[in-house]
Amino acid sequence: MSRYFTDEHEWIDVEGEIATVGITDYAQEQLGDIVFVELPAEGTTFEKGDDAAVVESVKAASDVYAPISGEVVETNGALEDEPALVNSDAEEDGWFFKLRVTDASELEGLMNEAAYKKFVASL
Amino acid sequence: MSGNDDIAHIEEELPLQDLPLDTWHRARGARMVGFAGYHMPIQYEGIMAEHGWVREHAGLFDVSHMGQLTFSGDGVDEALEYLLPSDIKGLKPFRQRYSMLLDEEGGILDDLMVSRLGAGAFDGADIYMVVNGATKYDDIGWMIEHLPDEVVMNHMDEQALLALQGPEAGEALASLIPETGDLVFMQSGLFTWRGVPLWISRSGYTGEDGFEISVPADSAALLADALCTLPQVKPIGLGARDSLRLEAGLPLYGHDLTPAVSTIGADLGFAIQKRRREEGGFIGHARVMKELADGPGSKRVGLKIEGRLPVREGAPIFADGIRVGEVTSGGFAPTVGAPIAMGWVSLPHSAIDTALEIEVRGKRVAATVAPMPFVPHRYRRKA
Repeated sequence: MSRYFTDEHEWIDVEGEIATVGITDYAQEQLGDIVFVELPAEGTTFEKGDDAAVVESVKAASDVYAPISGEVVETNGALEDEPALVNSDAEEDGWFFKLRVTDASELEGLMNEAAYKKFVASL
Repeated sequence: MSGNDDIAHIEEELPLQDLPLDTWHRARGARMVGFAGYHMPIQYEGIMAEHGWVREHAGLFDVSHMGQLTFSGDGVDEALEYLLPSDIKGLKPFRQRYSMLLDEEGGILDDLMVSRLGAGAFDGADIYMVVNGATKYDDIGWMIEHLPDEVVMNHMDEQALLALQGPEAGEALASLIPETGDLVFMQSGLFTWRGVPLWISRSGYTGEDGFEISVPADSAALLADALCTLPQVKPIGLGARDSLRLEAGLPLYGHDLTPAVSTIGADLGFAIQKRRREEGGFIGHARVMKELADGPGSKRVGLKIEGRLPVREGAPIFADGIRVGEVTSGGFAPTVGAPIAMGWVSLPHSAIDTALEIEVRGKRVAATVAPMPFVPHRYRRKA
């Protein structure tokens, strides 16, 4: 399994043709207390860069973009009852949705963990 | 583009200023944001935790961005009664009132606190006023225009303003200054702490008991340190200040109150005492009287939101598919444990329990007009 990162602070785990997407620990820290996550419906298809989800913190709503193109095959139902999972475990149990990847070549431009850490340090 | 627009544009481009406690906030790990022209702390450990702390203990807020003004001179009461719809002549020394500045059409230019000074505070001035930070320079300009020459207004930009709020605020402040224990809601006094003069009122904007403390800027960090050393007190950011005041049903200027809305519609008629309504003689009186007789076109209301999806400022409100208003403040309410909002709706849809719908990202969320405050006030009133 490989993990990729975007400059929009999303992480993507790719296993076969399925990509699990979430927001990074840095992103949840910036957003603050998360009180609601609006997830896409299963079966929705996204082009890379489409609005895919919305994270509501106490203060504001933030869009989450589809980091790669694909079809939503599963969403994290646990976030419905416990949106704060994104704060407590952003990069594991706080995942958002799983995509069936339509164009694996889109992963090529993304960062690995070391590059993302460097990117965050530069902000 | 008019000249005024040019000035507004230039003001927006000005770099953010630092307040007296800037270094103090940063040293305590605050996340700073631009607000009202200043760098201000939005949060320290997190809005939910800070909000909860204030409801259970006591929180220290830096509100030094707000404008602190004094007024003195012959005819100061008469002059202020022309500017403000509230009873100033009947305001006793050490007492405070909520009031507002109205324009000729009765639109709200700002909301504010006004007190009569005493004990020689602020060089023996007569009246003390606290106005909003984002509007203070406009307020000052407006008041200069409408005050007679005999009345002297002083903008005290060398004073910091701290708010200590929460059920343990009383015991916390009394441990530094025992005499503050006698103050009741909307009462003020001049106190001395380590040789520093402090003008303290028992008031605030969270719905909790608490104080607002005007302190010379060069002593602000010393006082903030002394307060935050107490076990009851933690520093609290602007984020929690906003969620606390929303739960308390208190309007925020620039959002819930603007020049486009009126006092009666805003449900702030309590700030206009009987004598002032009858006698008039203040800017905006005609609108107040007309709306008292005929009702306002729209009203500020509380909104209970079904489900967990927060509704935000700007979201349109519908009744039976027809647009009847707009959300002016909204978010997740930590103490309520659900999203709540404040908004303006047309009069026929403003009664408590009216079922409405609010549009969020193309979806309609069910909402109900709800009484405010959402969380009961716990002010310390006279026994």
